[in-house]
Amino acid sequence: MIEGYNFAYLDEQTKRMIRRALLKAVAIPGYQVPFASREMPLPYGWGTGGIQVTAAIVGRSDVLKVIDQGADDTTNAVSIRRLFANTTDVATTERTEEATIIQTRHRIPEAALREGQIMVFQVPIPEPLRWLEPREAETRRMHAHADYSVMHVKLYEDVARFGHIATGYDYPVVVDGRYLMKPSPIPKFDNPKLDRSPALMLFGAGREKRIYAVPPYTAVRSLDFEDHPFRIEKWDESCALCGASDSFLDEIVVDDSNKRMFVCSDSDYCQTRRAHGHGPAAEAKPATATKDAAE
Amino acid sequence: MNANSDEPILRVEGLRKNFGSRAVCDDISFELWPGEVLAVVGESGAGKTSLLKCLSGQTPIDAGHAHYRNAQGREIDIAASDETLLKRLQRTEWGLIHQNPRDGLRFGVSAGANVGERLMALGARHYGNIRFEATDWLQRLEISGDRIDDLPSKFSGGMQQRLQIARNLVTKPRLVFMDEPTGGLDVSVQARLLDLLRVLVRDLGLAAVLVTHDLAVARLLGDRLLVMKDGKAVELGLVDQVLDDPQTPYAQLLVSSVLQI
Repeated sequence: MIEGYNFAYLDEQTKRMIRRALLKAVAIPGYQVPFASREMPLPYGWGTGGIQVTAAIVGRSDVLKVIDQGADDTTNAVSIRRLFANTTDVATTERTEEATIIQTRHRIPEAALREGQIMVFQVPIPEPLRWLEPREAETRRMHAHADYSVMHVKLYEDVARFGHIATGYDYPVVVDGRYLMKPSPIPKFDNPKLDRSPALMLFGAGREKRIYAVPPYTAVRSLDFEDHPFRIEKWDESCALCGASDSFLDEIVVDDSNKRMFVCSDSDYCQTRRAHGHGPAAEAKPATATKDAAE
Repeated sequence: MNANSDEPILRVEGLRKNFGSRAVCDDISFELWPGEVLAVVGESGAGKTSLLKCLSGQTPIDAGHAHYRNAQGREIDIAASDETLLKRLQRTEWGLIHQNPRDGLRFGVSAGANVGERLMALGARHYGNIRFEATDWLQRLEISGDRIDDLPSKFSGGMQQRLQIARNLVTKPRLVFMDEPTGGLDVSVQARLLDLLRVLVRDLGLAAVLVTHDLAVARLLGDRLLVMKDGKAVELGLVDQVLDDPQTPYAQLLVSSVLQI
């Protein structure tokens, strides 16, 4: 632990202010609570909102896991984990099951979450209506009146133009039948995991200075049309390392002759499966697929 | 056709709107009946548009009352209603047609989405049905169904105005506010649009408040006429009566100002 810093980097008053915003956010599921976001020792867009939320809630007995696009070993995840290891001395882990706080960028782990766990999302743009209505005062008014038809207008445009709802990530949801919410840029594959999850979901947007939350066991519905229902992505391939066919797969180009492989984006899930003796699927085709993975 | 057509749909009593210390609408009173079109005429700055904005809940009323009788027959005082209720009325029972289609349309999305928006605001969640209904309404306003996926910016001025009307009428409003619906269109396009509006208003039995400075438009579409000057109502009566036999000096001046060809 580095000397000279307060526990979890932020000062106590700041953490208190953030906890108050968090309490309000939990009390009004999906509602964006403004908070006095602080300057953090890394640029906006790298997780300043998530770090502030984690700093406000982390306690000495917590076990912290940090993932970036599902992986524990990418730069962003490693540095944020080290920041908290250096300033709090809390235990860190790569195992989803062991963690009590999971800070994440763009994924929800594949392993089922349980009661008592807290997910902390890094959010770049919290306002779901932002690209449809540029005026902040107007979007707040629309939230107040639950006037969300413009979001359906966007989905209508998707279907009219592409024949299906082409939004693949940050797919809009309605929380508890009331507030329209951006689930941060998680793939729509992860949207069903938000619905009635036993874990508490906290969302922090540092640059936009907003905090919102989905309390445990809260209904989270992805918007859709009756004749174009919400569907998650499917792959023809299974993971080239662990053979999983039920996880979100990343497509990786492995050489300069268009050879690709598909592997689990959740590195902990993949490793756990391999440790339990799972391997590539027996009939694994040579992975030279060029077809589009999504849909 | 309407169960309570023996009651006015809109009852305005002593409505007043101030801009600072100056009254732009002063002591305006009238009644609007179901299926009736009230034309409001007067020169620029007479307070016509301010009156329309007050009645349609876009701007607060400073004094007086405006009672709207909703589909359930209940009277709602627009002057005392909160924003949520007015917003809901605006997207369900009312229609609002702006002079400039840019104010009433979403230019970033296709014609079909523009027409479908109000349906979706009312809870329509079946893409096929929304599209079917949108196509139907485009055709009723003489826009070919194969333009449904075009952006409004690809439309001519007259088509944009018809698209705006389709977008409003798709949810079958009971009361439509029109602010110079034919302003900025050339005369032949204007004539077609007026024809179309006249048919639609009669077919659907719409009540409408129509603001215009064009007496010909008032004559064609209106049943009754309200003449405004400096925020005051100077004359109110049947359109033909007021235009053929104006009683007040200002109405006489207005009628005699129309150029004859």
